[in-house]
Amino acid sequence: MEKMPKWADVVLIPLISLILAAILSTLVILAIGENPVEAVNLMVTGALGSTYGWGYTLYYATNFMFTGLAVAVAFHARLFNIGGEGQAMLGGLGVAVACLYIPWPHWSIALLAACAASMLFGAAWAAIPAYLQAKRGSHIVITTIMFNFIAAAFLNYMLVNVMRPQGSQDPATARFPEAVHLPTFQSMFSTAENAVFRGAPANISFFVALLACVVVWALIWRTRLGYEIRAYGHSETGAVYAGISPVRITIIAMLISGALAGLMAINNVMGEAERLVLNATEGAGFIGIAVALMGRSHPFGVFLAAILFGFLYQGGAELALWTSIPRELIVVIQALVILFTGALDNMVRIPLEKLFLGLRKGAE
Amino acid sequence: MEFFVTLVQVLDSTIRLATPLLLACLAGLYSERAGIFDIGLEGKMLMSAFFSAAVAAVTGSVWLGLMAGIGASLILSALHGVASITFRGNQLISGVAINFLASGLTVLIAQSWFQQGGRTPSLFGGGRFEPISFPFAEALDAAPIIGPVYSELLSGHSILVYVAFLMVPLTWWVLYRTRFGLRLRAVGENPAAVDTAGVSVVGLRFAAVAICGVLCGIAGAYLATALQAGFVKEMTAGRGFIALAALIFAKWRPWHAMWACLLFGLLQAIALRFQNIDLGGIIIPVQVMDALPYILTVVILAGFVGKAIPPRAGGEPYVKER
Repeated sequence: MEKMPKWADVVLIPLISLILAAILSTLVILAIGENPVEAVNLMVTGALGSTYGWGYTLYYATNFMFTGLAVAVAFHARLFNIGGEGQAMLGGLGVAVACLYIPWPHWSIALLAACAASMLFGAAWAAIPAYLQAKRGSHIVITTIMFNFIAAAFLNYMLVNVMRPQGSQDPATARFPEAVHLPTFQSMFSTAENAVFRGAPANISFFVALLACVVVWALIWRTRLGYEIRAYGHSETGAVYAGISPVRITIIAMLISGALAGLMAINNVMGEAERLVLNATEGAGFIGIAVALMGRSHPFGVFLAAILFGFLYQGGAELALWTSIPRELIVVIQALVILFTGALDNMVRIPLEKLFLGLRKGAE
Repeated sequence: MEFFVTLVQVLDSTIRLATPLLLACLAGLYSERAGIFDIGLEGKMLMSAFFSAAVAAVTGSVWLGLMAGIGASLILSALHGVASITFRGNQLISGVAINFLASGLTVLIAQSWFQQGGRTPSLFGGGRFEPISFPFAEALDAAPIIGPVYSELLSGHSILVYVAFLMVPLTWWVLYRTRFGLRLRAVGENPAAVDTAGVSVVGLRFAAVAICGVLCGIAGAYLATALQAGFVKEMTAGRGFIALAALIFAKWRPWHAMWACLLFGLLQAIALRFQNIDLGGIIIPVQVMDALPYILTVVILAGFVGKAIPPRAGGEPYVKER
C-alpha cells in the first residue's frame, strides 16, 4: 500500500520544503534589518519586470538546467555526482579549444562542435571517478570533490601558462573569433522598432538546454538504458539479478552526467563570455545539486527549479545593486533549499505520511 | 647554512599551516569513526572563523572569540546531527547544505554588523592569540642547529597549535584506550551490535558529532585569530576538504592523520614560498602543489597504494530493528 498519493510526493513535499526555506530566508532578511516585502518586490521587478531581467534570469537558468540534469541523471543511478563544477570547468576548456584553434565558417557548425567538445571533456573528467567507483569501490562523492579541486588547479595552469595570449596579464584565453559568436536573444527576438533583451546574455543555448531536458526524459523513461539506470538505482541486488552490470551502469550514468555538466560551457563560455576565464562556472555546478533535489530528479522539475534559481540569482544581483543586502543571501537560500529538500526530507515526509494514513483510515 | 635557515622557515610555516588541517581532520575522525560522514568540515570552520573574529573584535577578548567560534560550529554540528541522525537524512547532502549555509551567512552577517564588504575589523592586542615563547628560547637562539629548531620551529606558536598537536595522542587514547572510544568505533562499524548491548546509538553519534563541532570550532578560531588577524570572506579556502583528504589518506587513524596533515601543510608552505619550483630544467608549476593533496588522496582511494576502507556503517542512518 502506498503511504500517500503520488501527487503529494511529487508536488506537496517540494512545495512545503520550499515554503520552509522561504520562511527562514525571510527571518534572515529581518534579522539583518531589511524589509522582506521590499526585497521580494525588488527581486521580482529586477528579474522578471523587463526583457532585460528575463534575459539574465533565463541565462542563469540555462546553466542550472544543464548542471541540474547532470546531478539528476546520476541520482537515478543512486550516485551523488558532486563534481559538476569541475566537469563544467573542463567543458569550458573543451569549448575554448574547439572555438580558438579551428576556423569555423559559421556559428551553427561551431555550436555543434563546441557541444561535442564540451560533452567529451566533461565526460572525460567524470570518467576517472566513475571508473574508481565501479571497479575499485572508491566513494564517488569524495573522488568527485577531489576532482573539482584538481580541475581548478589544472584550469589555472592552462590559463596562466598555456592559453593566455602573449602580453596579456589576465589569466584568460583570447576572445573567440567573430564567426563563432552565438546569437543572443536580443538578435533573435528584436525587431527594427522594438529592441528586446538588450544587453542580456541569454542566447540560443537556452534552447539546447530545453532539448537536453527532453532528451534526458526520453533516455530515463523511454529507453532500455534508462530503465537499467533506474533499476540499478532502485535496488542494486535486484538489478544484478536481472542481469544488469553495476560497473557498466555506474560508468555510463556518470559519463552522461559529466557530459551534461560539461555542456553548460556552451552557455557561459561560448554564449556569454566569448572567452574562457578563471572561475567561469561561478558555482553553477553546485547549484545543480539544489536544482536536482528540488526538481525531484525529473527533467520537468529540473526545468522549473532551474528557472526558480535563475530568478533568485538575477533577483539577488539586483538586490545587491540597490540595497545593502549582499549577493550571498542567495547562497543562504540555496543552502536552505538543499537542506529542506535533501537532508531534512524526512522531517516533512514523516508527518505528511502520517496525516495521509490518518485521512485514509478516517475514510474507511 | 642558508639552506638550513630556509628549511627551518619552511618547516615552521608547515606547522602553522598544518594546525587547522589537523584540528579539522581529527574533528572528521571522531564523526566518521562513529559512522557519520561529514563533508561540512569546511562550513563549520568558516562559521567559527567568522564568529570568533567578530566577537574578538567587539569584546577585545580572544578567549570569548574562541568560545563564540566553538558555539557557532556546534550549532551547525547540531543541525547535521538532527538531519542525519534524528531524521535519517542523507549525510552528504546535509554536509553540502552546511557548507553553503556557512558561506552565505558569514558574509551576510559580516556585512550587516561591520559594513566592510564581508570582513571583520582587523584584530590586534588581546583580540589575537599571541605566540608563546618557550623558556630559554632567546638564549638558545645562537646555538647551531638546535638553536633555530628550538626557538623558531618548536617555540613561538600560539597556544592553539600546541592544543592541536596534543589532541593527537589524546584522540588516540580516547579511541583505543577508553570504553567511550571502543563504543564510538563500534557504532561506526556495527551499530546494531552496540544497540543490542544496550548502549544508545543515537547518543554516541550525537556525542561524536559534538566533538567534531568543538574541534572544527577551534580550527576556525585558529584561522581567524591566530594565523590571520580577522575574518575575510571564504577564508577557509578549501582547508576543510584538504582535512577530509588527509583523513582518508590517514585511513581514519589519529597518528597517521597528523603525518598526513603535516605533509599537506608542507605542500602548502612550499607553494606559498617558492611558487614555481625549478628542479634542474624541469619546472614544477605552483598549481601542481595546489592539486597534489587531492591527487594523492585519489590515488590512495583508488587502492593502488594500500586501500583506504572507511568505517563500515559510515553514511548509513541507523534504523532500530522492530
